[in-house]
Amino acid sequence: MSEVLLSHEIPGGAAWSVLVRAGRELRLTALEAGANCSTLLYAAHHPVDRLNVPDTLKAQMSARVHAPMVLMSDRGTALCSVTGSSLDWHDALCGHSCDAQLERLGPSSYHAERNAWRRSARAGLLGELRKHGRGPADLHACVNFFAKVATSGDGTLTFMPGHASAGDWVTLRAEQDVLVVLSTSPHPLDPQWTPPAVLAEVRATAVPGADDPSWTFRDESARALRAAREVLA
Amino acid sequence: MTGTILPVRESELDPATAVLDVTVADGDGHLGVIPAGGSLRIVDLHGNQAVDTLFYDAADVGNRYSAMDTVREQGAAYLTAGSRLLSVNLDVLATITADTCGRHDTLGGACAQESNVVRYGEHTRHQHACRETFLRYGAEVGIGARDLGHNINFFMNVPLTADGGLSFEDGLSGPGKYVEVRAERDLYVLISNCPQLNNPCNGWDPTPVRLLGWWRA
Repeated sequence: MSEVLLSHEIPGGAAWSVLVRAGRELRLTALEAGANCSTLLYAAHHPVDRLNVPDTLKAQMSARVHAPMVLMSDRGTALCSVTGSSLDWHDALCGHSCDAQLERLGPSSYHAERNAWRRSARAGLLGELRKHGRGPADLHACVNFFAKVATSGDGTLTFMPGHASAGDWVTLRAEQDVLVVLSTSPHPLDPQWTPPAVLAEVRATAVPGADDPSWTFRDESARALRAAREVLA
Repeated sequence: MTGTILPVRESELDPATAVLDVTVADGDGHLGVIPAGGSLRIVDLHGNQAVDTLFYDAADVGNRYSAMDTVREQGAAYLTAGSRLLSVNLDVLATITADTCGRHDTLGGACAQESNVVRYGEHTRHQHACRETFLRYGAEVGIGARDLGHNINFFMNVPLTADGGLSFEDGLSGPGKYVEVRAERDLYVLISNCPQLNNPCNGWDPTPVRLLGWWRA
């Protein structure tokens, strides 16, 4: 296990962002059962290149995110590879929660609850984006790590409560310099507000070899990875 | 999909009374305004065409169609008659009021020159693609790359499976089938009539579509 370069515990219901250099790995660990981590990805050096969930899913023929899929950008480049996970299903179909979805839980305010007041993933993600000079137009479809929304042949989507247990994890290898913006507010379909904390750790990783699972997964994955290497040619 | 029975809802609007009647050639695009209360019909003239479509609040292009909010709030991955098309602010931008195809995709996104290279290889780099058409027509009203969300693919068939699979299949549409939406506020509609030559979304043979509109001219 390589050295941990950065370790940060994100409380439940909070938001955070981190710039991860190419070749490093971001490991997210659910610290309690039922975690959710709504995650946005941006190419650090390009003003509008960002995670494109439809392109990612259709190129790899999957409606869920799982290892060793590659998370692709609008411009056909790999932003991160999902190099490993204790879970085989992370939701990418349902987007992040909005303020309107919290209204069903009743009133919440800083005055009454101080830092435990309920904030949507949208509020948290936007707060982080603004620190990086980005705004609502930069919000895009996210991956909800640790959450599962089951699909069926007739298109019905069903939230599966309690998908993640304490200790479940996922690792993302940055394939170019990436800005990662994340929120630990509950999944928008989660009827509960019990937001678990998530541990984020950045580590250096070895340069992937020819047998790397993300490179060998599909021809499409390899082409997006190759395009990422050409970004700064 | 042989044997699949899909619900169909026909429109009572008469093409003879339409105030908009244009044909969008295969591989071309369209930018228009639909006033609140107006209806837009997209007719798949030859069948099996994919019509990549985005909607924006004409008063605020930041309040744009959101595929993820739309499927999540309705618990349904496919769009059909009765589906509400939601914005990033959860406003109802439009409602699908008629549909003789049965279902439409909003998870597959649009083709782009770069994603074509990812999916099919370097030889497709300079083929025509929807994202470029969106950018060309959207520029007329200031819609740029940052404003492109994930679109609707009218008439396209992207089945999901219970184990989380996703695939592209031959279309469910046919010549003359149509979908109709009613604008719930003043909207921009931005269309790329898909030029894709590499998968069965339009039967490897892109064809023109007809747009009909009913509103107070």
